[in-house]
Amino acid sequence: MNGPLLEARELQVRFHAGRGKRPVRAVDGVDLAVGRGEIVALVGESGCGKTTLARTLLGLERPQDGTVLFDGAPLGYGSGDLKRYRRRAQLILQDPTGALNPRQTVYESVAEGLRIHRAVARKQREGIETSEVDLVSAALAKAGLRPPEGFFMTYPHELSGGQRQRVVIAGALALEPELLVADEPVSSLDASIRGEILALLLRLRDELGLTVLVVTHDLGLAWNIADRIAVMYLGRIVEVGSTEQVLQAPEHPYTQALLSVVPEVEEIEPVVLAGEPPDPSRIPDGCRFHPRCQALAGGAAEAAGVADRCISDPLPVIAAHGGHRAACWLAEARSPSSP
Amino acid sequence: MSAGEAVPRLTARQVTRRRRRESARRTWNEFRSHRSGVVGLGILVVFVLVALGAPLLADATGLKVTAATGGVLEAPSAEYWLGTDDNGRSVLTLLIWGARVSLFVGLLATAISMVIGTLVGVASGHFRGWPSSVLFRLTEWFLVIPFLPLAIVMASVLGASLINIVLVIGVTSWPGTALLIRAQTLSIEERPFLERARALGAGHWHQMSRHVLPNVMPMVFANTTLTVAIAILTETTLSFLGLGDPLRVSWGSMLDDAFGAGAITTGAWWFIIPPGICVILVVLSFTLIGRALEEIFNPRLRRGILDETSKPRRRERS
Amino acid sequence: MLLRIRDLDVTYRTAAGPLPAVRGVNLDVNAGQSVGLAGESGCGKSTLAATILRLQPPSARLSGSVLVDGEDVLTMRWGPLRALRWAGASMVFQGALHSLNPVRRIGQQIAEPIRLHEPSVSGAEAARRVGELLEQVGLPASRAATYPHQLSGGQRQRVMIAMALACRPRLVIADEPTTALDVMVQAQVLTLLRDLVRDLDIGLLLISHDLSVLSSTCDRVAVMYAGRIVEEGAASQVFKDPRHPYAAALAGAFPLIGDLAARFGPAGLPGDPPDPRHLPTGCSFHPRCPVAMPSCAETDPPAVPAGPGRTAACLLVGDPEREPA
Repeated sequence: MNGPLLEARELQVRFHAGRGKRPVRAVDGVDLAVGRGEIVALVGESGCGKTTLARTLLGLERPQDGTVLFDGAPLGYGSGDLKRYRRRAQLILQDPTGALNPRQTVYESVAEGLRIHRAVARKQREGIETSEVDLVSAALAKAGLRPPEGFFMTYPHELSGGQRQRVVIAGALALEPELLVADEPVSSLDASIRGEILALLLRLRDELGLTVLVVTHDLGLAWNIADRIAVMYLGRIVEVGSTEQVLQAPEHPYTQALLSVVPEVEEIEPVVLAGEPPDPSRIPDGCRFHPRCQALAGGAAEAAGVADRCISDPLPVIAAHGGHRAACWLAEARSPSSP
Repeated sequence: MSAGEAVPRLTARQVTRRRRRESARRTWNEFRSHRSGVVGLGILVVFVLVALGAPLLADATGLKVTAATGGVLEAPSAEYWLGTDDNGRSVLTLLIWGARVSLFVGLLATAISMVIGTLVGVASGHFRGWPSSVLFRLTEWFLVIPFLPLAIVMASVLGASLINIVLVIGVTSWPGTALLIRAQTLSIEERPFLERARALGAGHWHQMSRHVLPNVMPMVFANTTLTVAIAILTETTLSFLGLGDPLRVSWGSMLDDAFGAGAITTGAWWFIIPPGICVILVVLSFTLIGRALEEIFNPRLRRGILDETSKPRRRERS
Repeated sequence: MLLRIRDLDVTYRTAAGPLPAVRGVNLDVNAGQSVGLAGESGCGKSTLAATILRLQPPSARLSGSVLVDGEDVLTMRWGPLRALRWAGASMVFQGALHSLNPVRRIGQQIAEPIRLHEPSVSGAEAARRVGELLEQVGLPASRAATYPHQLSGGQRQRVMIAMALACRPRLVIADEPTTALDVMVQAQVLTLLRDLVRDLDIGLLLISHDLSVLSSTCDRVAVMYAGRIVEEGAASQVFKDPRHPYAAALAGAFPLIGDLAARFGPAGLPGDPPDPRHLPTGCSFHPRCPVAMPSCAETDPPAVPAGPGRTAACLLVGDPEREPA
């Protein structure tokens, strides 16, 4: 099986904001593929739909249109199908303090998934001699909490932020999943802890062959750990490619603007986009980025003769497979060879 | 289930048990620092001991009208410390045996009310869509029905017996608890650990029993003590209105008898004041305990030590 | 000198014993200068900021001096202190959503400090100044009539900055003003702060856990660890060529995009910040320090010159044989 582990095809997720209001098109046509053992970063501002996309990929949200494929098979939404899927795909949340039940010990939090899925009995049926304590210890050790027994009886409030995030990761690892979806895994952690948690994600990929989808607004994080990057804007993926391609030779003006305001990048003149991320219930015609696009405002699109297309022609969805692409009329005009 | 699974389960359970014991001790230590709570607990313990030891403290034959030895409405004397009632029974004996009924009704009715209120509250806060709306409407419906008339109607339809009194009070007093628990559940539902549990594959039952319930339990406890007070008062009220169990003596039925015998006009204060004071003391003790528990369990009422993240100076601005 | 902090110690009394939050801090801010204060949660940076306006919690014991315009805030009487809190120096907090009153129009909220501190100002004059302030922070003056929930996160943070500027303070203290904001909005707010410092000649103390944000916004940067300033110097120097190993770790935490060493090599520090009640002996950073020597556990290094206009508190600084970084 060489296909991608996780794939989204023409995914659409809409929320109804209430009577008389336009539906919010949180995910508005997304194709995305995550290969086995790959770390993919899904990058975008808040409100761009990246968290909704991640939740949909995990089956926590049901798409109105399109399919999620895991291991080549479409995701079922029956409770049995979902429960089976939960064993194989795990979520790591942004805020480890909130993600742990304050009334559960570390042991209980990590063992929770095992108990829900009766993983110990399952393993014993397969003839593997194991116990719950063994599995919890192994998961804690894998997450870098050593010695694991020392953490069994502690409560979340007795741990540091970094340790809490490791407990959350251990809880996900206990079920030996194939896919981890991490939603801003380090944004609420201190700077010096951040690197350690990212290094842990990298090590898990290398040692356990885990596939990781990281949802983040932090381009530095993507540079640290991701093989590929997908940049999301207003419900669509606007640029996708290898990390080097996207971050070192960005094609989409939005990616260029995002990159220019990262304080670490000093070579680029900062392009601070005016205004706020727009409202996903009113997606503009043509290219959805055109009202804020610095290439259109600055005349670059005019010079290339695509300004009209930017304003009126919608762009096709970027295909999940293939190399570096950007959903931008200007980028297409500049490289006529690409389809 | 094989033996290999049973052994670690036991150790895991031991681990939990030890932590629970420790947290119970912490709560107890904190409770002891609330003086009013300790006073309330002291009063309650005295009444519970009196109720349990009633057969030792006062002969049950003293409750029989036919076996009454004293005169009608005798004032307190060496023989009858609190005087006698209109049938010549010792008020003290009535008071001691009445404690049994009042506490029994109060505790059992509260238990019923708490179970219904907690289940309805957690379920209506946890589920989305129509089950939640139906439960919420039901709660509101019970809440707006005038409580006392409903209780009176139910008591007269079901007949006057002790168990019916308990049922009537239990079934009519839960909506307040349900609303409180629902609000707490809604706020817990927003916390990320529930999202994590869902992502782990937890079903509704698991989410409610493992995550929501343990986090609303302190609230339930604190509320229980306040509901006990209400239940005892209600029992007194119903008995006073003549809807109590005619075969048993409770503080409420004593007050009813006293009223009926014209104890107020004849100045037989010993027949009215002691049961009244007992009701007040027991209700007060539960309220004091409830307040203390609420303060222990509800962090918003507690003044914690300052850490870097809390911003006390924000208050300076507004 | 607008702000001059000397030998400041702040110790909280807690049930579990004294908790030193700030230990012997010296810091200066000039008019028209922006100074960044970097450090992780619990390092004492928020306590330091609060102490400048004497807003520290009542359980704190203070020593040293905090001079704002030459007057010591720590010994100031209540009247002058009140005047100082708005007109002399003001604060911008993180979490603008919770700091604004949801049921009052933002114009009224911005006008409030003006009317409190300058009762002679008429209603029309106050409204005019509110309009001016909103335009100063890049919002149309007509927004004065809106309620906080009608604004986005970035706009609310702009309103908070407008409120802080209402009484024309000379010193602005911004505590993590961009933490909850998106990269693009963060860039907008930081640009705004930088422009205000330049145009209004105010002094800015910007507090953040992100050294890269500070280095791109501030003139000077101080790095704080366990209540102490461990390195201080020109912003670009501290970020690009840190002398203290902790400053180096903070600078490396957010990688340079394009830096091949950081590709698949996130830099972090093992361990956690120390419990302020039980600080390690010697240099408080030595248990996590990648270049610690045996003597680090014994000697608490003082801040020593580490090049022109900069200091660092590390035994390795000034030792030509074993200069870190």
